[in-house]
Amino acid sequence: MSETIVEVKDLCQFFPVRSSIGKKGYIHAVDHVSLKLMSGETFGLVGESGCGKSTLGRTILRLYRPTSGKIFYNGNDITNANMKTYRRKMQMIFQDPSASLNPRMTIGQIIEEPLKNYHLFSEPMKRKERVFELLNQVGLNKDQIDRYPHEFSGGQQQRVGIARTLAVEPEFIVCDEPISALDVSIQSQIINMLEEMQEKRNLTYLFIAHDISVVRHISHYIGVMFLGQIVEMAKSNELVKNPLHPYTQILMSSVPIPDPDLAKNKKRIILDGELPSPIDPSPGCRFVTRCPYVKECNGRCKEETPELREITSGHFVACFKCQE
Amino acid sequence: MMNKTTNEVLLQVENLQVSFFTPKGEVKAVNDIHYTLHYNEIMGIVGESGSGKTVEAFTLMGLLAPNGKIKEGRALFEGRDLLKFSEKEYINFRGKEAGIIFQNPMTSLNPVYTIGKQLKEVLFLHNKKIQKSEAEARVLDMLRQVGINQPEKRMKQYPHELSGGMRQRIMIAMGIINHPKLLIADEPTTALDVTIQAQILDLIRNIQKKTGMAVIFITHNLGVVAEICDKVTVMYAGHIVEQGKVRDVFYYTRHPYTRGLLESMPSLLTDTKEPLAMIQGSPVNLLELPEGCPFADRCKHCMEKCKRQKPPQTQFEEGHIAYCWLNHR
Repeated sequence: MSETIVEVKDLCQFFPVRSSIGKKGYIHAVDHVSLKLMSGETFGLVGESGCGKSTLGRTILRLYRPTSGKIFYNGNDITNANMKTYRRKMQMIFQDPSASLNPRMTIGQIIEEPLKNYHLFSEPMKRKERVFELLNQVGLNKDQIDRYPHEFSGGQQQRVGIARTLAVEPEFIVCDEPISALDVSIQSQIINMLEEMQEKRNLTYLFIAHDISVVRHISHYIGVMFLGQIVEMAKSNELVKNPLHPYTQILMSSVPIPDPDLAKNKKRIILDGELPSPIDPSPGCRFVTRCPYVKECNGRCKEETPELREITSGHFVACFKCQE
Repeated sequence: MMNKTTNEVLLQVENLQVSFFTPKGEVKAVNDIHYTLHYNEIMGIVGESGSGKTVEAFTLMGLLAPNGKIKEGRALFEGRDLLKFSEKEYINFRGKEAGIIFQNPMTSLNPVYTIGKQLKEVLFLHNKKIQKSEAEARVLDMLRQVGINQPEKRMKQYPHELSGGMRQRIMIAMGIINHPKLLIADEPTTALDVTIQAQILDLIRNIQKKTGMAVIFITHNLGVVAEICDKVTVMYAGHIVEQGKVRDVFYYTRHPYTRGLLESMPSLLTDTKEPLAMIQGSPVNLLELPEGCPFADRCKHCMEKCKRQKPPQTQFEEGHIAYCWLNHR
């Protein structure tokens, strides 16, 4: 079986905010999250905007200094480590391809830069060959090497971004909504390419997206995030067939199905209530203001935060009602 | 309120062609678009970015950018040709007979006026004699209809104090406050989260049923079309590729582009771990539209003929049409 490559224990990432009257508070962007990523597998993170899924990804890469908790990479504690040795192994693919490529560099220079940074090929000719090889792998033509990012379509720009990420041969990649800025007909091209790369190179992905059907397709394991916490976590088939947490159920029933007859007969749960503020949240379940089961819990979830517990083998839920 | 039955035509667009003249040349954004919209009907227009779906809608509302030109066509709204309207006629038309909701609710609301003031402005513009108190009451009623709680409080707030979903509700309220016969919704849910999207879709559907207006719903998401629309026009590079009732287009798909879009969407319902079906290549450059079928370069079934000649229209079930040589064997 595959082994753990990234492990996160009780990770917190708080950001200080100051209101206009000088009151200080903290946004709990990631709040006591623990998870394990298996080598060669994809862990999908779903949730709505502002739930902290991108922050979690960035904190794991140590782009932020975590407030508390521990991050392990291949068994080594990297929570406070010098990242220089790990950066090459841990890379990222960004959401907006046009914003993450330098408009003044040709795509050849863009892909070559990480190779220079890590002194991977001393001879310029060899380095160039490697760039050609990478371009070929992501389905771009080597004649295009001297063009600038604006000369490419969104899908092609994302391919350049992926080639740059792959240049240093990482083991673990955080894919932060890599397809949500792309056209529908291009999205499946990129998903297929990411899957193919994973198979060839035994890559591990943390795949962040808000579209649960995309995440389901690409992931082996899925975590559902709500306001900084993981509320449900399971193998992807198990999670989709048997969603337990009320938030996961609502999320799934909200996804529009491209099938008119099914769409008409589908029972849709419409979400009510206000989203609580992530600034210094009060104790209790975060979902309590919108939860349809709140009455059945007799007010317990208003005082106590439910912990993420294993209900059946490999299926974790943070909800008192489901844990009973 | 309208009491028209479904079979009465509200809007008939014929042979619409719109081009933009840029320093790089003529961009043919909309080519030979035609459709008929009845009262009580929701029509979806689907396509990728650059397929001309927004340009088409903006043309109807007289909101075309200065370098855009209507080259040909008619758009008969209850018998009157919108494309021949003067600016003055358009001012009376927009917001009264037809409303529009834009994609990004943050950039389409004025940040320095309160919600209440902006909504009342739409009322006063078209009802010169309306009393202040009556306007206030109508705004409150409208806010309640679009599902805003505490409308008295919200009226006094500014757009930045509301969430994205709430802002979009305000936009909808603004679009329908004068009881228009037509509502154009230009990707109203694209900037929103899925749970909020479900709420907004529900809201539009309910209001449409209640008022009997017609809706043109522009989106790139076929799932949304299946949920809310009665019929659909699929566009590619400014051309119609397929048009018909939603069930016909989804279940008896007649164009490879539509089929490609449907197949390339990952499903929540099936189990397969197989690679997704995909449409090869990149979207076509509108400056260099090919002579033949605009989709030819990316089509799995491309034949010699497709590259040379534009495919003709083929009619299938009632109102179901497609433009593809495959249907002409």
